[in-house]
Amino acid sequence: MTLLDIQTLSLAIHGFPVLQDVSLSVTKGEIVAITGESGSGKSMTAMAVMGLLPKGARTTGRIMLGDRDLLATSERAMCGIRGNDIGMVFQEPMTALNPVQTIGAQVAETILIHDRTTAAKAEDQARDMLARVGLPTDRFPLSRYPHELSGGQRQRVVIAMAIARHPRLLIADEPTTALDVTTQAQILDLLRDLARDFDMGLLMITHDLAVVADMADRIVVMQNGGIVEQAPTGALLTGMQHPYTRMLFAASSHRVNLPPAPAPEPLLEVSHVSRDYRLPRSRVFGAPGTFRAVDDVSFTLQRGERLGLVGESGCGKSTLTRAILGLEPVQEGSITLGGDPVFSGTRPNLAVRRRMQVVFQDPFGSFNPRHRVERLITEPFHLLTDPPRKSARRDAIAEALRAVGLSPDDAHKYIHEFSGGQRQRIAIARALIIRPDLIVLDEAVSALDVSVRAQILDLLADLCREYDLTYLFISHDLSVVRSVTDRVLVMRDGKIVEDGPTETVFSAPRHPYTKTLIDAVPQLPDLAALRRSDTHA
Amino acid sequence: MARTRPNLCAMLRYSLKRLLSLFISLAIASLVIFVVIEVAPGDPASFMLGLNAQPETVAALRAELGLDVPKWQRYLSWVGGMASGDFGMSYTYRTPVTEMIAARLWVSLPLALYALTLSTLIAFPAGIFAASRRGQAGDIGVMGATQLGIAIPNFWFAMMLVLVFAINLRWFSAGGFAGWDKGLWAGLHSLTLPAISLALPQAAILARVMRSALLDVLGEDYMRTARAKGLSARQTLWRHGLRNALIPVLTIIGLQFSFLLAGGIIIEQVFYLPGLGRLVFQSISARDLIVVESVVMLLVFAVIVVNFAVDLAYAAVDPRLRSRT
Amino acid sequence: MKRNLIIGAALSAIVVLAAAMSFVWTPFDHAALNIPAKLQTPGATHLLGTDHFGRDILSMVMVGARTSIAVALVAVSIGMGLGVPLGLWAAARKGSLLDELIMRGNDLIFAFPAIVIAILITAVFGAGAVNAIIAIGIFNVPVFARITRGAALSLWEREFIMAARVAGKSAMRISAEHILPNVMNLLIVQGTIQFSLGILAEAGLSYVGLGAQPPTPSWGRMLADAQTLVSIAPHMALIPGCAIIVTVLGLNLLGDGLRDYLDPRLRVARV
Repeated sequence: MTLLDIQTLSLAIHGFPVLQDVSLSVTKGEIVAITGESGSGKSMTAMAVMGLLPKGARTTGRIMLGDRDLLATSERAMCGIRGNDIGMVFQEPMTALNPVQTIGAQVAETILIHDRTTAAKAEDQARDMLARVGLPTDRFPLSRYPHELSGGQRQRVVIAMAIARHPRLLIADEPTTALDVTTQAQILDLLRDLARDFDMGLLMITHDLAVVADMADRIVVMQNGGIVEQAPTGALLTGMQHPYTRMLFAASSHRVNLPPAPAPEPLLEVSHVSRDYRLPRSRVFGAPGTFRAVDDVSFTLQRGERLGLVGESGCGKSTLTRAILGLEPVQEGSITLGGDPVFSGTRPNLAVRRRMQVVFQDPFGSFNPRHRVERLITEPFHLLTDPPRKSARRDAIAEALRAVGLSPDDAHKYIHEFSGGQRQRIAIARALIIRPDLIVLDEAVSALDVSVRAQILDLLADLCREYDLTYLFISHDLSVVRSVTDRVLVMRDGKIVEDGPTETVFSAPRHPYTKTLIDAVPQLPDLAALRRSDTHA
Repeated sequence: MARTRPNLCAMLRYSLKRLLSLFISLAIASLVIFVVIEVAPGDPASFMLGLNAQPETVAALRAELGLDVPKWQRYLSWVGGMASGDFGMSYTYRTPVTEMIAARLWVSLPLALYALTLSTLIAFPAGIFAASRRGQAGDIGVMGATQLGIAIPNFWFAMMLVLVFAINLRWFSAGGFAGWDKGLWAGLHSLTLPAISLALPQAAILARVMRSALLDVLGEDYMRTARAKGLSARQTLWRHGLRNALIPVLTIIGLQFSFLLAGGIIIEQVFYLPGLGRLVFQSISARDLIVVESVVMLLVFAVIVVNFAVDLAYAAVDPRLRSRT
Repeated sequence: MKRNLIIGAALSAIVVLAAAMSFVWTPFDHAALNIPAKLQTPGATHLLGTDHFGRDILSMVMVGARTSIAVALVAVSIGMGLGVPLGLWAAARKGSLLDELIMRGNDLIFAFPAIVIAILITAVFGAGAVNAIIAIGIFNVPVFARITRGAALSLWEREFIMAARVAGKSAMRISAEHILPNVMNLLIVQGTIQFSLGILAEAGLSYVGLGAQPPTPSWGRMLADAQTLVSIAPHMALIPGCAIIVTVLGLNLLGDGLRDYLDPRLRVARV
């Protein structure tokens, strides 16, 4: 039985076309996943179903929920449908809840809007619903505030709010993108269970193809506001009619070809490093507590080695990164690069710092918007006692830009003229320009779409061949780390729990945490094998 | 509806911390005021007795006024006196400063509160109205009016009110204070024009703050979540928007109280009100520095205490503050 | 919304031009008494009428603009000159004792409204326009320090600042090279708002005798003179009042327009 039927939906916002001829349907108990890169229109499709489009939106086509056209439904009637017939879960659990209301009040509100029941009864229902999503009332009383919960727990509250009225359709817009892998696995399981138990249709929007392949009964692939392909999951994975679909899947399982590492020679030595933070006082006159973010960490990075550092949020990898870069002092232990300490006394050691550079995650925030590219990428020259001038400087800029696949003419542009992927190339050029011994890549591809990410990873491999790069690749994304590193460190609660060659760690993890982590990562099925078995059958 | 149960212990801890910083601020403020007044040239005793006074008479008066002891001792006794409600003796009138101030405070404080009430009563509906009609005629109208309201000097506005409502229409008296002994109504009646002239420019500012705070909140993710639950745009604004928008608005209300109290000093001049403003100007011309010192300290004290109250109000509105110490 | 910017700039320009012109030319000598011509309503000879001493009001308003602008300008400069470096410094040392000291100091100054500072100064040193400048200037310091620190703090979290730190730049250099240019828009907008508040404050202080003293003409003093005569010569009160309103309105519109033009997301504090 068709529950939601979107028929030739087109959408323009202030005359700018966003969606063209989108047609898809969801039946009872079915999980349909819409996937695509940023700007594909997948979230706008969801907002159109909810009737929560931004001002200036014009739609054509029909969105049928049962026998009712949602596009022709008045705003007043839509209020009765939202939360009652359609529930929605959002991407960012940290901000999706009202910070000044208790979780109980927020879940009960969904019930009270749609049902003329008493506050006490709504509260009882809210309690049951929170227990159903894994927040039992003895550990998570209704009087908790959102800020007292973790991201995963908050997402459970958002889910409880969305399903409190047992809606027929649940829309989940990137529900796990902001969460850690182990939490992601739990939330996905929860959504799958709920869809089955409540016999709901689940329309899921996600950019993560592994999640899509794992969860969905049917997959819809979108690009530039239109659907390029849709089919039942098995058929789509083996068939893949459209070149864009093939490109997308190829890019997400992209493996780069790293050149062999040179003979080992210690470059970065981290030995018994610990870093404490002061916690706020817990009592008025009590001594302030401390929190050990990095706890007795030791490892050696060899020259020419590509080392990965993985861990979930809060594991201490960012703190360790800042300590290695000499941005913050450590309480115990030492960090040396080629034998020299990165932090001498209370000041960072400039002689060491000029041999180390960094690439950050956010392609939009890592450049001063007021400077031109030439000034941006030559900032590390500040570290040199005798920086190149005039023509030597121009040559250095041109070479760095060429090395990352940009044109020397780009030096005179401002950063807003570049796309996210190009900005990440510029960030790499900035790191390369003083030819450092070590480059720290801090979540450097995490904000990029899969196709762009594959290109940047290839660029890294090329640069390894050309410049004998040594890098430390820090990421929460295990599949990326697997493809671009020789060796990997797994970090948890400030400690390194596993250290070994990447392939060995991934195929035969020794530490139980590593195993949990790897198991939690949704895997793309082996497409070649799928296809083979399909043709044999 | 699940009840909001503030964590009492955390609330208490937060209040204690704020209270401590309140006392530190008061101590430093009093020291600053004392030091500034101390550098004033001239000796109050010789000034009071005139140029031809005998040195012995001056010395006797100095002793009587307590000017002959070391400065740090005088500071301590001044602060100690204030703590027990004794502000010392007026140099000019030889009456306790506390009595002089108390009489004037009964005009200035009600005036400030009256104006604050008016300002809030005008600003909240105006700000909410404008925010809920963003970009429409109603919004543009309210914003234009507030733009003008901010530009009008309150004492000039007061003069215009006198011209229209007191001199031409004769609805109010042009100045003076009836006194509270004539009844609450008579007192409020004579404070109405001053309160309106104080309140309107502040209301204009507060309405703008209210509007922009609401518009900021409207862009938050949780407002979208509330809409997805089935709340209408208006319900979302009232149930989820207002309380969150209140946080920046409270800051401004706290600041405004001090502006109203201080601004009252000027407005009292327009209406010939016997408030703190008149007292302070008389004392400046009479070089009655101990009165000036005390009134200034009292005003600063009021500002600091109101800020303390605002900090506590924050914690009542925002549970995140209660758990963070 | 360029309308705000244009109207605001035009109104402000008129006031500044009038003040500038008063240096070389005014219709009459602003200080010349002419008792026979006293209390004239606006007319052909005296475009905006005369006051109770027969002085030409237009000339006084033009010269008074000078006082207002000078006081407000110097006061804003004091506020910016001290407040911005303090704010930058506090942000660069976030969470340190220094930051705490600067911010507590700011809170303390906020407890002294400009009029209270003016009262203190006048009580000690006597009345004068300089008092108004110092009083308003001191009060501007925490305004600029706070807003600079707030904006700088969020910039310090940005990755381009991290990149500059990795490039070995000192906190002072980063503040000057990266932070200050990126908070400049905000400071310009806040500057115009504080300027308009300075005009209002100067008028208020002069009105109660804590600001400019005779014979220096000032809008606040003109209003004080007008007060007792408001029923027989309302133009004496109306004209300086309108001058203040036009100036403040112009500056506020200019500030709002600049904000929309430079960056609509700027957070400006209105106190």
